[in-house]
Amino acid sequence: MSCIVRWHSLLAHAMRSAALLALLALPVGAQELFVRARTLHTMAGPIIADGVVHVRDGVIAKVGHRSQIAIPSGARVLDAAEVTPGLIDAHSVVGLAGWLNVPHDQDQVERSAPMQPELRAIDAFHSREPLVGWVRSLGVTTLHTGHAPLALISGQTMIVKTRGRTAEEDSLRELAMIAGCLGDDARGEGGKGPGTRAKRVALLRQELLGAQAYLAAREKDPSKPRELKKEALALLLRRERPLLLTAHRANDILNALRLAQEFSLEIVLDGASEIAQVLPQVRAAGCGVILHPTMMRHRGETESASLETAALLHREGIRFALQSGYESYVPKTRVVLWEAAMAAAYGLPREAALAAITSDAARLLRIEARVGSLEVGKDADLALFDGDPFETTSHVIGVVIDGELVSEVVR
Amino acid sequence: MLSFPRPLGAALLALVAPLASAQERPIAWLGAHLIPVSAPEIPDGAIVFHRGRIAALGARGAIAIPADAEVRELGGRVVMPGLVCTHSHIGGAAGADESSPIQPDVRVADAIDVRSSGFPKARAGGLTLVNVMPGSGHLLSGQTIYLKLRRGRTLEELLVRDENGRAMGGIKMANGTNSRGNPPFPGTRAKSAALVREEFVRAQDYRAKLDAAAAGNGDAPARDLRLEALVEVLRGQRVVHHHTHRHDDILTVLRLAEEFGFRVVLHHVSDGALAAREIAAAKAPCSLIVIDSPGGKQEALGMRLDTGAVLEQHGVLVAFHTDDGITDSRWFLRAAALGARGGMSRAGALKSATLAGAEMLDLGARTGSLEVGKDADFCVLSGDPLSVYSRVLETWVEGQKVFDLADPEDRLYAVGGPGASQGETYVSCCEGVTR
Repeated sequence: MSCIVRWHSLLAHAMRSAALLALLALPVGAQELFVRARTLHTMAGPIIADGVVHVRDGVIAKVGHRSQIAIPSGARVLDAAEVTPGLIDAHSVVGLAGWLNVPHDQDQVERSAPMQPELRAIDAFHSREPLVGWVRSLGVTTLHTGHAPLALISGQTMIVKTRGRTAEEDSLRELAMIAGCLGDDARGEGGKGPGTRAKRVALLRQELLGAQAYLAAREKDPSKPRELKKEALALLLRRERPLLLTAHRANDILNALRLAQEFSLEIVLDGASEIAQVLPQVRAAGCGVILHPTMMRHRGETESASLETAALLHREGIRFALQSGYESYVPKTRVVLWEAAMAAAYGLPREAALAAITSDAARLLRIEARVGSLEVGKDADLALFDGDPFETTSHVIGVVIDGELVSEVVR
Repeated sequence: MLSFPRPLGAALLALVAPLASAQERPIAWLGAHLIPVSAPEIPDGAIVFHRGRIAALGARGAIAIPADAEVRELGGRVVMPGLVCTHSHIGGAAGADESSPIQPDVRVADAIDVRSSGFPKARAGGLTLVNVMPGSGHLLSGQTIYLKLRRGRTLEELLVRDENGRAMGGIKMANGTNSRGNPPFPGTRAKSAALVREEFVRAQDYRAKLDAAAAGNGDAPARDLRLEALVEVLRGQRVVHHHTHRHDDILTVLRLAEEFGFRVVLHHVSDGALAAREIAAAKAPCSLIVIDSPGGKQEALGMRLDTGAVLEQHGVLVAFHTDDGITDSRWFLRAAALGARGGMSRAGALKSATLAGAEMLDLGARTGSLEVGKDADFCVLSGDPLSVYSRVLETWVEGQKVFDLADPEDRLYAVGGPGASQGETYVSCCEGVTR
């Protein structure tokens, strides 16, 4: 793990240098913005008191103490008590799931078959969905969103900014992960899907074996017809994309790890209410965890959920991020800022809670070269607050994406 | 009001009369940051309670501490009134069934499991008084029940009795979309209102016969449990707790309340800011739910964080509620804090989780604020009630500690973990219901 982190930071460093070089050749009429913060959380070093972020042409040109950054007179300046990187929601269904909650705006699950890995998120993401605007106004600038944990394999996920342009323009990664679910929500009804846990795993194994055979056959004879479903699963078998597996109960988590081992898959654990009971196994597997929303309802297969699990994962050095998750009713989406706040209230150190929705989330989603921290060369995505970002009584007072002020509403 | 007769056996009587039997020795807390709600905060305060009631409170040194009191230093911890939730579904409570849209005879009290984990979790959130309601999938889904969260093992031990010894509760009504469906449920809003009016007209006739019989004119009509409950509503003895979201639905409730003269508390009130003038003019109290995003159903698209603030500015009595399981009782104070985020005054936000709710349940004279003579219902907090970082350390009902974060068993319910929510079912009005 640690060597991976080091490699990533080297990479980031190289990118920074490249960005600096690029800045030497400034285009005429560059779009500049200065954001001043009494408390600046760069998430790439200590908190800077009286910090300034200098934004040029949508990327971060400079970050530092106000004494280090000269602001030309007449420059556009935004002021805030606290500034963080734009928030990253590590797992959502917003944009596929809409606020009306009627069939025409619910595209997060397709129930005609239990496994449909070929369903692309980008074909379903509605960038102008009001829920996208709602989370944007509360500081969320990047969403990992897609098919919901409501089928054995529900489809693909994508990573997208919340600017509200087209899915193509806002997309950071059109295919991020393939989403699967081992829990109760994958239970099929009326013989349409797996009725038991063992059947779920059996179906998945059979499908992966089929994809293995497909890969071998295509290698031998490239003229064999393409099959979208098997192509998608091949991405998992070649470890080109992770399998996002929702598992709450300890035995479901172990099922996920067993599957990953058998097919040598990279998995990201999702939900994981009972992870405390299987920490050694999860640690040995080395997989990342996108922990359930802190305020998720505790019932059924999540009946053992604890408000202190995030703090536990932090203490134990397990790589994790926080999410808004999937909601079927009200609220139609949670807000990851508030889920992190509640984790902070229950023992997760404040900066670790912030990392779980910024830098750590970016690393887990492998988008840390672009977003998740305020460093030179990264996208100028920022969230501005009038106080402690986690305090319920604080407000988000501005949101910047790619250097553009996309939300000024005080919320 | 309704017939939960006082048990006659002496042993049982002791169980339902905790004020008389409990807390023989006075308790004095010193060095507390007192938030009385009905009066300014007292930073270095002292409070004395005895036999389940508040005996004195004030600045430290300004009140006499009884010689026999059990004295405790609170070191600046916050003591505020126990929280009041005007709308909860803990205990797996379900009321009316699918047989008809209006069922005033059904009592939710006959369907509550007081040993379910919803109760200890509510105590862990600092709640001391809740209105447990049936759902909103009916125009009228039954009688609600007000419960003090004493550490009881039976429902009877948790009942709140009025001066006549009768268990207190309201009646639950709903309009908008939740209560619609195929016949006999109404298919439209106008039909919903027509069905309700028809039922109340029937109740008016029944009341007229009762009144006539009482005046010696004719025989009393045969007992009718449905109409009896509605007569209590018409007589103002039973408050209508009315689920309503959209602004026009809110106005429909006010119209019906005026026509039949019933007392109403508006619940949820997503579009409250759009009808604030009318709500204020009708003097209708509002109990709001705060959810983390608008939508989820069409009638809640208008949900916004400043509804409490707008209603407060119009002089409306505002409370919040958990609607537990929609939101969890353990973070009920967060609703008040979100109210403050939306622009409510600090005093208004704190009142909205305590005294305002108590007043909506006709219990404002007994609980909801720290005042001499009121029930010793408290929550003790580690810090400011509107801060996300503050924790409920203890909850007290009528001078008895009912939750202590330092107790491992209580702590399990406060933070979760294996066993904390075992067997918990989610009873919502109508999630996934397709009639």
